[in-house]
Amino acid sequence: MAYIEPRTSVIDKRLRNIKRIISVASGKGGVGKSLVASSLALSLSRKGYKTGLMDLDLYGPSSHIILGVKDVYPQEEKGIVPPEVHGIRFMSIVYYTDDKPSPFRGTDISNIIIELLAITQWGSLDFLIIDMPPGIGDETLDVIRFIKDSKFLVVTTPSKVALGAVNKLIWILKELKIPVIGVVENMARNQSFFIRNEIRKTGLHYLGAICFDENLEDAIGDTEKLMKTSFMRDLNNIVAKINL
Amino acid sequence: MHEWALAESIVDTAVDTAKRERLRTIDEIIILIGELQQIERDIFEFALKEITKTRKTIGFKKTIFNIKIEKSRLKCRVCGYTWSFNEIRKNLSEEESEAIHFIPEIAFVHTRCPRCNSPDFEIISGRGIAIKSIRGSR
Repeated sequence: MAYIEPRTSVIDKRLRNIKRIISVASGKGGVGKSLVASSLALSLSRKGYKTGLMDLDLYGPSSHIILGVKDVYPQEEKGIVPPEVHGIRFMSIVYYTDDKPSPFRGTDISNIIIELLAITQWGSLDFLIIDMPPGIGDETLDVIRFIKDSKFLVVTTPSKVALGAVNKLIWILKELKIPVIGVVENMARNQSFFIRNEIRKTGLHYLGAICFDENLEDAIGDTEKLMKTSFMRDLNNIVAKINL
Repeated sequence: MHEWALAESIVDTAVDTAKRERLRTIDEIIILIGELQQIERDIFEFALKEITKTRKTIGFKKTIFNIKIEKSRLKCRVCGYTWSFNEIRKNLSEEESEAIHFIPEIAFVHTRCPRCNSPDFEIISGRGIAIKSIRGSR
């Protein structure tokens, strides 16, 4: 017998006081989605915007590592209230997994996303940034299904291999008429118009390049260092040019 | 008070159903609570009553909240063994048990098949909250 799923009835209500929701996504892993998402959230927060960050990479969450999140836990208040970390309301499954491996299958992923969306009390925010997992699987489809006002920010690298997978994400987003802010080229190493030209063929905006930053690894886990990286400078230059 | 958010989802589903079916009152909601979610029943019932007081467009004054606890049944995909959450609960720390309370799928993180130790099992029943039926009057 099919039961009625009650949790989806409150998702819109949980998100209604958020002005803009941006899902940072890519068809390919390892292109720097989490770095772009975490740094974008940090940058917006430093500019005075009320910002939230939700790490939906349930298999390999990493935003907490990038932002150096330690020893915090959500509060219970008519649901769960994400703790504020470096000025960002931060939600991640790591609060519950203790950083152990999380061997979930597809239906489990959907259930977790519905649960998180139904019980998380974000309050009012200017921006909610969602750090998406790679690909076009359950998480992407669920974000499209449940977060109706989300816009996508797509990340690629200069690699033809990455672009091959990214193009499939772009295809799906366009097919479903999901708003896409544009595509960021991360880890650019030399002047090349290859990615720019390929993205323009898709009809999407090429937003700019973030040059490969050899010193970035030293800034992981330290938000003050992260703010001073050339990675952050390039990202801020891109953000300044677009209307998020 | 994580129970509050879940109770709100029950009430709002009933409100949506009442609007769709043109019901003036909700007479009974049969709610299943999965053993894995370990909901505090008193808090949950309190929340249901408090939240319905704020939903004035639908008659909730005489609503019966028929809450049934659904036993958990977990099944290993590798060796086929079946077990209940209560059998393994004693092996969990307070923090692990609490984490499963918030998100039942965290059971895949903190528990294993008691027979073959595989993390590849499925939750056959008793996951979380669900509505079995909503009955109302026009």
